Amino acid sequence: MGLEEKIPDGIILATAEKVVNWARKRSTWPFGFGLACCAIEMMSSFGPKYDLSRFGMEVMRASPRQADLMIVAGRVSNKMAPVLKRLYDQMPNPKWVISMGACASCGGIFNNYAILQGVDKIVPVDIYVPGCPPRPEQLIDGIVKLQKLIDQEKLKGDSRQSA
Amino acid sequence: MNNVTRERVTAQFGDKILATTESFGELAFAVDKSAIVALTRFLRDDIALKYVHLSDITATDWPEREQRFEVIYHLYSYDLTEYVRFKVHVADKESVPTLTGEWDTANWLEREVFDLFGISFDGHPDLRRILLWDEFEGHPLRKDYPLTYETPQFTYNKDLPPEVIK
Amino acid sequence: MQTETMTVNLGPQHPATHGVLRVVLELDGEVVIKCTPEVGYLHTGIEKTAEAKLYYKVIPMTDRMDYLAPMSNNLGYCLAVEKLLGVEAPPKAQWARVLLTEITRLNSHLVWLGTHALDIGAMSMLLYVFREREDLLTIYEAVSGQRMMSTYFRIGGLADDLPDDFEPMVRKVLKTFPVRFQEYENILTNNRIWRNRTIGVGVISKEEAIKSGITGPMLRAAGVKHDLRKARPYSSYEKFDFEIPTQQASDCFARYQVRLEEMRQSLRIIQQAMDGMPEGRYLARVPGVVLPTKEEALFQMEAMIYHFKLVTEGFHPPKGEVYVTIESPKGELGYYIVSDGGTMPYRMRVRPPSFVNISALSKLVVGRLLADVIACIGSIDIVLGEVDR
Repeated sequence: MGLEEKIPDGIILATAEKVVNWARKRSTWPFGFGLACCAIEMMSSFGPKYDLSRFGMEVMRASPRQADLMIVAGRVSNKMAPVLKRLYDQMPNPKWVISMGACASCGGIFNNYAILQGVDKIVPVDIYVPGCPPRPEQLIDGIVKLQKLIDQEKLKGDSRQSA
Repeated sequence: MNNVTRERVTAQFGDKILATTESFGELAFAVDKSAIVALTRFLRDDIALKYVHLSDITATDWPEREQRFEVIYHLYSYDLTEYVRFKVHVADKESVPTLTGEWDTANWLEREVFDLFGISFDGHPDLRRILLWDEFEGHPLRKDYPLTYETPQFTYNKDLPPEVIK
Repeated sequence: MQTETMTVNLGPQHPATHGVLRVVLELDGEVVIKCTPEVGYLHTGIEKTAEAKLYYKVIPMTDRMDYLAPMSNNLGYCLAVEKLLGVEAPPKAQWARVLLTEITRLNSHLVWLGTHALDIGAMSMLLYVFREREDLLTIYEAVSGQRMMSTYFRIGGLADDLPDDFEPMVRKVLKTFPVRFQEYENILTNNRIWRNRTIGVGVISKEEAIKSGITGPMLRAAGVKHDLRKARPYSSYEKFDFEIPTQQASDCFARYQVRLEEMRQSLRIIQQAMDGMPEGRYLARVPGVVLPTKEEALFQMEAMIYHFKLVTEGFHPPKGEVYVTIESPKGELGYYIVSDGGTMPYRMRVRPPSFVNISALSKLVVGRLLADVIACIGSIDIVLGEVDR
């Protein structure tokens, strides 16, 4: 139909936005921010049974400068909060945050002087994964949902506002 | 087994021991704080006792008492396979002699007591906060320190400032 | 020639620190001359929070301390409260507790092995142990409904009866794990890289180890044949036949050998516990203190009233204090509980084995290379949730 019939084989037309989002969502490299119990379940999801690499997500980066996605796995203490914020700031744009588990999302069962009541007080969170700790399936579901979010992002302007 | 410890401690440090209790099968001495170093050293080196393992140092807070803190030591003997407990009563802003000279374990355990209770230890080489950060105010395990209950924020109250109940 | 030392900050976010440990190292070239571990980045205030919870409600918090060994933590706490109350769990509960804490030991040691090997450069080990770990987590899930934070033990027994498919799952573990352990040995024990990275690294003498308060597998690797399961048997451990593995070398390799052998001994205990599992109640019958079983609460009037009163109001243990220690996978785990006669603990203190063990880190690494620090941290087997609580 129209232009597409005339172009040679092997060329597909798409918007730049689609292509970029497709590439981004299929190669989101997580920053392994293992803090507490959830980190072990996060490792389980990278393990042989759940195998997160099926979703292009297994390339755990130890450095924030190489990562796109921060999985905050576990409770964030008030002592750790400045460190977390600093590491988040070091990540290059575009970046996403998954808050994994009840403690990271809202403080969980630890409502006291030591624990930050939700990591969303210091960094913007895209996906909250409930559970204490969430099962690997739940984390994978969260990641797939995040991929859908990434798919809808706009190239122009602040992507966070439009998504 | 407990009797050996009891006899030897009482024979050696009878005048320094303020009270001896044995409840739930656990032997406990309340001792004068000036004697704690000599006493633990004696228990460690005594050939019949050999309480070589300093298991734990902790404290409890009883605000209504005149000497509000109890510093609690647990020693363990690998030979007798028994624990013994010592208690030292101290008032607020009073310090306790350190055990770091006798046990290296005491270093961090005393730092933790200092951090969470604010009891200082005389002669400790590196007495600073361990679990909390340096700028933290107060000592959370004291009974008058609030747990700081903070209401979780949901969509319905997300625009309100977090309510801190103390 | 003037030389300057360099200060290197390792952590709190570093893949080889097993969580959020921070180590400040002073280096001369690549040789460590001073090492200061900094902890507290996961301080959760569990001891303070426990003072505002009913005795029952503290159990879920103990899970989240040493999250690789939740059942050991549960057991220590339950034993302490039971001692305070003078309640004893019935035989079936005791044997199930032994079985499940040994499974926990396997669980903890497996994750230790995987992460330690990963730090030193053998990544495939991590994938192997997580494969095995899934089998153990299936058992956790079958008994408690949760993969990790089981909260299965109750004061006076267990939360629920063991499920029907419990035995086949345990038998499967008993059958497959010896083969798996042999696989690990094939990969690691005679591996030249593994041996070079661990033998002679992180040596601490027996006297120093005792002086530093080190407990658990680290102490046994230093040649002290001591295990609280044998020395002060709790929960019917005296009825089980097992060995205490020890080594003399006291280096990272010795710790590896001790832990591997401990896993084999755990299997022995699991086998005995499964074969001789007694019949009967899984909760002690102490109305007003121990929860009634679910069936009783549903069909008996008094049981339901007790259940309601216990859950809403709790119980009043006698005044006093107890100190109960158990052999957790990391070492001597102690619970010191002070009761003032109220429904909540007046003070709950946890004696964390990892906390004390990691405080000896500087003794292991000073004078050695920077890369050895990673091997040493790994061999201590810390869980930061427990170090910081």
